[in-house]
Amino acid sequence: MNRAMRSPGDWWRGWLPRDIDLPLLLGLLALAALSLVVVYSAGGGDTDMVFKQAMRLGLGFVLLLICARIPPSAFRRWSPWFYGLCLLLLVAVVVAGEGKGAQRWLDLGVLRFQPSELMKLALPMMLAWYFHERVLPPRLGALLVAAVMVGVPVVLITIQPDLGTALLVALSGAFVIYLAGLSWWWILGALLAISAYAPVHWTYFMHDYQKQRVYNFLDPNADPLGSGWQTMQSQIAVGSGGLSGKGWTEGTQSQLEFLPERHTDFILAVYSEEFGWIGVAVLLVLYLFVVGRALWIASQAKDTYGRLVAGAVAMTFFVYVLVNGAMVTAMMPVKGVPLPLVSYGGTSAVSLLIAFGLLMSAYAHRRMLG
Amino acid sequence: MSRAIKEQQAEQRLFQARALVAFAVIALVVVVMLARFFELMVLRHEEFASRSERNRVKLQPMPPARGLILDRNGEVLAENRLAYRLEVVPERVADMQATLDELARLVEIDAEERERFEAMVKARRAFQSLPLKLRLSDEELARFALDRYRFPGVDVVPYLTRHYPQGELFAHVIGYVGRIDREDLETLDAERYAGTSHLGKTGIERQYEDQLHGEVGYERVEINAEGRVLRVLDREPALAGQNLFLSIDAGLQRAAVAAFGQESGAAVALDPRNGEVLAFVSVPSYDANLFVNGISRRQYQALTEAPLKPLFNRALQGTYEPGSTLKPFLGLAGLELGLRAPDYSIYSTGVFTIPGQTLSFRDWKRGGHGRVDLVESLAQSVNSYYYQLALDMGIDRMHAWLDQFGFGRPTGIDLGGEVAGILPSREWKRQRFDQPWYPGETVICGIGQGYNTATMIQLAAATAALASQGQRWRPRLVHATQRGFDTAPSPVASAAETPVPIRQLSHLALVQRGMEAVLHSPTGTAHLVGDDLDYRIAGKTGTAQRVSRSRREGAPERELTGDERHQALFVGYAPAAQPQIALAVIVEHGGSGSQAAAPVARKIFDAWLQRSPPP
Repeated sequence: MNRAMRSPGDWWRGWLPRDIDLPLLLGLLALAALSLVVVYSAGGGDTDMVFKQAMRLGLGFVLLLICARIPPSAFRRWSPWFYGLCLLLLVAVVVAGEGKGAQRWLDLGVLRFQPSELMKLALPMMLAWYFHERVLPPRLGALLVAAVMVGVPVVLITIQPDLGTALLVALSGAFVIYLAGLSWWWILGALLAISAYAPVHWTYFMHDYQKQRVYNFLDPNADPLGSGWQTMQSQIAVGSGGLSGKGWTEGTQSQLEFLPERHTDFILAVYSEEFGWIGVAVLLVLYLFVVGRALWIASQAKDTYGRLVAGAVAMTFFVYVLVNGAMVTAMMPVKGVPLPLVSYGGTSAVSLLIAFGLLMSAYAHRRMLG
Repeated sequence: MSRAIKEQQAEQRLFQARALVAFAVIALVVVVMLARFFELMVLRHEEFASRSERNRVKLQPMPPARGLILDRNGEVLAENRLAYRLEVVPERVADMQATLDELARLVEIDAEERERFEAMVKARRAFQSLPLKLRLSDEELARFALDRYRFPGVDVVPYLTRHYPQGELFAHVIGYVGRIDREDLETLDAERYAGTSHLGKTGIERQYEDQLHGEVGYERVEINAEGRVLRVLDREPALAGQNLFLSIDAGLQRAAVAAFGQESGAAVALDPRNGEVLAFVSVPSYDANLFVNGISRRQYQALTEAPLKPLFNRALQGTYEPGSTLKPFLGLAGLELGLRAPDYSIYSTGVFTIPGQTLSFRDWKRGGHGRVDLVESLAQSVNSYYYQLALDMGIDRMHAWLDQFGFGRPTGIDLGGEVAGILPSREWKRQRFDQPWYPGETVICGIGQGYNTATMIQLAAATAALASQGQRWRPRLVHATQRGFDTAPSPVASAAETPVPIRQLSHLALVQRGMEAVLHSPTGTAHLVGDDLDYRIAGKTGTAQRVSRSRREGAPERELTGDERHQALFVGYAPAAQPQIALAVIVEHGGSGSQAAAPVARKIFDAWLQRSPPP
């Protein structure tokens, strides 16, 4: 353990390009390139937007490369501090946060951000840090501690209230626990408990606007010009794309502005409309390749921390793809989950690429362990 | 250390197993997602493609140009004139109030117009161009053109508006179009009238609305989510309405109106050979253009309150006692029904009494006309001849006979609102008054008074039947329709009505001789009118009261004025030998038929026969 830190000579090997996993990097670059192509169309041919997106993605890749060169042990040591900081920020949001309808944002004068977003990465890091020292599969005591680590931020995010993010954060934690070797019986039990709890939460803890979102999802035609609009127009965009699509920049739903949030959350609808089912298949296979490659890299890592974080990053990454895909095809209530690396916007892309940096770090330092 | 490594390897194997399961699940989910996308994009593609198309494409109606109305020679009676209106695109105007104030200095914008415009601004989308002021005058156009640069978002837009170049001349024939109102909307085919603002309200404009309107065209336009039109995809052009050629001759119509001078009255001239209406006059009239874009309350009030009621269509809806103009029909009845021999004569003493009754009926000439036969009875309009004849005929036969000429029911002319007039009978009186018929009433009916009323169309049509040996045609105004000016007009066939059966044409000839004598014999009531004619008119004067039946024939009418004066009538056809025109004229309160109505008729005959010599 911790060989990397003990051997400064080995540390440098991380800087060698051959230690970056080229297939994964190419996969991510392909997604980024696709992003620029679709943003160009979704933005109505606005080259400024494409340029901005390219800058953000470029920044993300630079950060990825930098993170890849930081040994996992360093991240591991920072994990509790990072987690603690995020917890503090979440408390601050609850106390002094601002946002429309729900308190999510923390305004630090120059910087406004959602601490809950940071928690998506902080929680897996914290859990991986915790399990790193423990015998796996985890015992009951360790599981209880892990449950508290997951529970505290999830409750804090839920009372903001931001149920969607809370679920995603909980999921990122759950992936670590799953990968740590949680007994299948526990998993089954947890699933049953969640199904039993859901109606209780609906009845007692959900806000009206959250319920409305679900209603709209269940019947988008009931209020086609109101809040059901997005879901319906997205479905129309996707469905009208057909097998081969209407062609790049030819999607009427997006070009004529029927599709809301077309360059951000609903960019997949634009992509589907213009590139058809074949395009969607190519994209999903590309995602599957990235996730598969990431899981493979994770399983190659020799230290528990790197493995768990990398595995959780890969799985969480896919969850975003799933939620976004389900959203644009009207299988899930609308929720602001961008399509990973493709949606226009910096926060999501940069933090995802940082997470992949952690993953690369585990890959780059795999040989030093063992 | 070895134990730790061993654990590491076990943990790694555990992780690899978990990662493998996770990947399998993820791969499965990808398959499910692909299936969902496949469902939407391939299986339900048609549904969403059409919904996307419906999103994107709107049909914009292109209203058709309304058909023109022309006279028989192609003179334009109703046209679509290019007019200009001021339109404003609200989103391009920074300060609406200031702009409207500024515009009001160049263009007359009244409070009502401004109010309506401001209501529209609130209701419509900001990028839609809204009309502010219709029908800009040339002066306003010029003023605005000079200052146009000061008004971004304000534009002059051409449009077509209905115009009646003949003004008052044809108002009672053609009628007018008006804005489609709420009532119209209930019965209208909304699709066919998409984009159309006006429709025919009265007259030919209303009667032939279907043909005049045409078929709406559509432009398929691409719109964005706001509804803004981006481009035209394709268009199905509107089919302009049919042009209508009236059988009326504008020149004759003008001459007829001029013949009335300042008098009020009506005249209908027909071609007895086919029922074509050659002139259709109701005076005074009004300018139909006033109604096209909404008449002001003040103007409307002026029209409704005018003493001579210019809005009243006398030719179509005015019913008048036919008076002596009925005599030719009854004289013919006497011959045809075998009640009178052609050489039968009576002695007029000036007073007629029904045997056994004290009530007396007078001739118009004090002291009577002496011995008169049928020809003289018509020439001099001898009442006694017809009192006796009516009594001999009885009301039942009289009714049956006159019914054959179309009295008492609408002629079926192609104008809405025609009234029936009254041809009295026992049945009619029982229904109307719940009273039996009295013989004295038959006597008075013999000179076209009593309950009798008729419209000028009826009288003209019946006179035309005399001129055409019993042949009857339904009067009609439209004699040809035309789809576009590059096609030949297709004539509208004349509709024959059941002819009046004439047993012996010699009977008709005798009646015609009597009618010719009215103008061409020194004894004729209208011989002063017919003196210098170079063609022969067969006619009959009539003098009757419109409302009051209390006054008896022979009252000293010259002493009366205004409303109390008698209605002057004239029916006739010419040239007598080969009739080309039959007409009926009424000059309201004109006094006597011979003095007031016959000269009007003469002018109409002259106008027609001198411009269109017999073939």
